[in-house]
Amino acid sequence: MVLLPRPTPGPVPSAGPSSSLSRCPRIPSPGGTLSPLPGDTSVLAGLYGPAEVKGSRESPDGATVEVLLRPKVGLPGVAERSREQLLRRTFEAVLLGSLHPRTSITVVLQVLSDAGSLLACCLNAACMGLLDAGLPLSSLFCGVTCALDPHGDIILDPTARQEQEAHAVLTFAIDSAQRKVLATTTRGSCSAEEMQRCLVAAQRAADTIFQFYRDCVQRKYSKS
Amino acid sequence: MQKENCRPDGRELGEFRATTVNIGSITTADGSALVKLGNTTVICGVKAELAAPALDSANKGYIVPNVELPSLCSTRFRSGPPGEEAQAASQFIADVIENSQIIAKEDLCIADGKLAWVLYCDIICLDYDGNILDASTFALLAALKNVQLPSVTINEETGLSEVNLKQKNPLVIRKHPVATSFAIFDDTLLIVDPTAEEEDLATGTVTVVTDEDDRLCSVHKPGGSPLTGAKLQDCISRAITRHKEVKKLIDKVIKSIKPK
Repeated sequence: MVLLPRPTPGPVPSAGPSSSLSRCPRIPSPGGTLSPLPGDTSVLAGLYGPAEVKGSRESPDGATVEVLLRPKVGLPGVAERSREQLLRRTFEAVLLGSLHPRTSITVVLQVLSDAGSLLACCLNAACMGLLDAGLPLSSLFCGVTCALDPHGDIILDPTARQEQEAHAVLTFAIDSAQRKVLATTTRGSCSAEEMQRCLVAAQRAADTIFQFYRDCVQRKYSKS
Repeated sequence: MQKENCRPDGRELGEFRATTVNIGSITTADGSALVKLGNTTVICGVKAELAAPALDSANKGYIVPNVELPSLCSTRFRSGPPGEEAQAASQFIADVIENSQIIAKEDLCIADGKLAWVLYCDIICLDYDGNILDASTFALLAALKNVQLPSVTINEETGLSEVNLKQKNPLVIRKHPVATSFAIFDDTLLIVDPTAEEEDLATGTVTVVTDEDDRLCSVHKPGGSPLTGAKLQDCISRAITRHKEVKKLIDKVIKSIKPK
């Protein structure tokens, strides 16, 4: 188990995202598990696959990706379904599913705690899980959340309170190959210029996150 | 299609299908609208009921959207509990209502902490030929513009509410959000208003919702092929142009059905 020092959550100026605490436990049954925690948000990702898929859902062209997002409390509802669809289509875009036809790849995301930037955390957890499981990917991806506060400043990796006070919160999934946008979802309204500014900030922050993935994987293989 | 820059139905890459809207067709609903985008047909009915406001927001009413994709609209949907697409569409419409502030929930409150309106917006697809999000958003907007709410007063002595069905007021629509969807092919080609066939073949979709102040109420890209910031900006510009066309259409229809 490796622990990184974690800063206290607080307002983060438009610098990189707060550094993450990451534990890499060894759980035998799922293919890969990881739980990064930006600030106090933590999501556990479990990956199963390539595994057998039942009858009608089998696809001869490639793997069938299934995503299950379990909220911390309560049963999954319509909001979780919508998130699952976004996550599933993001994974399908990067997974080389055609290498594993007629199989299923299941990603189970369990929210352990939510203190803001939840969707970005899910994306990061899932990507590291995919890496841990050793599935073939065309590129990595990361999730970055930007909040626009009432003054028009960009806050990266906002806390729950900052998200509430912001007049717009944008979440981007950025790929590692050319820093293109894989997925985006927004809350609140903003102008087109503000969105472009947030996108540029998110693309820069993505560099930090990809470096973090690299360090994590390096650590994992250097100790064994 | 890529080489000739032309689509199976003969449209240009940036051309929308013929859009028609019919308002007030359901007389039993408080507001209704039927929208056709080419073959895609979506009907929205709004029913208003009374309820007590939530404890933490005593001065706000509720707007509850629900998108249904029944098995009648397409063979791809089976009857039974709502599938992923219907649930995702419902969440999308709920987000558009919340982000755009199309109606201020405070306007739906009748008496603080005691009585407020609940608007149940049921959006049902009658014929599925792609681009369900655009059609649903448009149907919702048109139906809400058509809603006439009876005036409600609270009797001081009995504390009961009295509904006056003879005196009706329209809703105050603050913003007019309009959705524009694009299908992405192989990271480069973007086509507007995809049909069901084009959606199945596409490698990704983007939906941009704008309001009349050219502000983005939602940029919804649920995964799919990656896009550069510049391509995303193209989508936004096209969406802003589309907004003007749709707004003109809605204004024309509303004017044509002046209350008698």
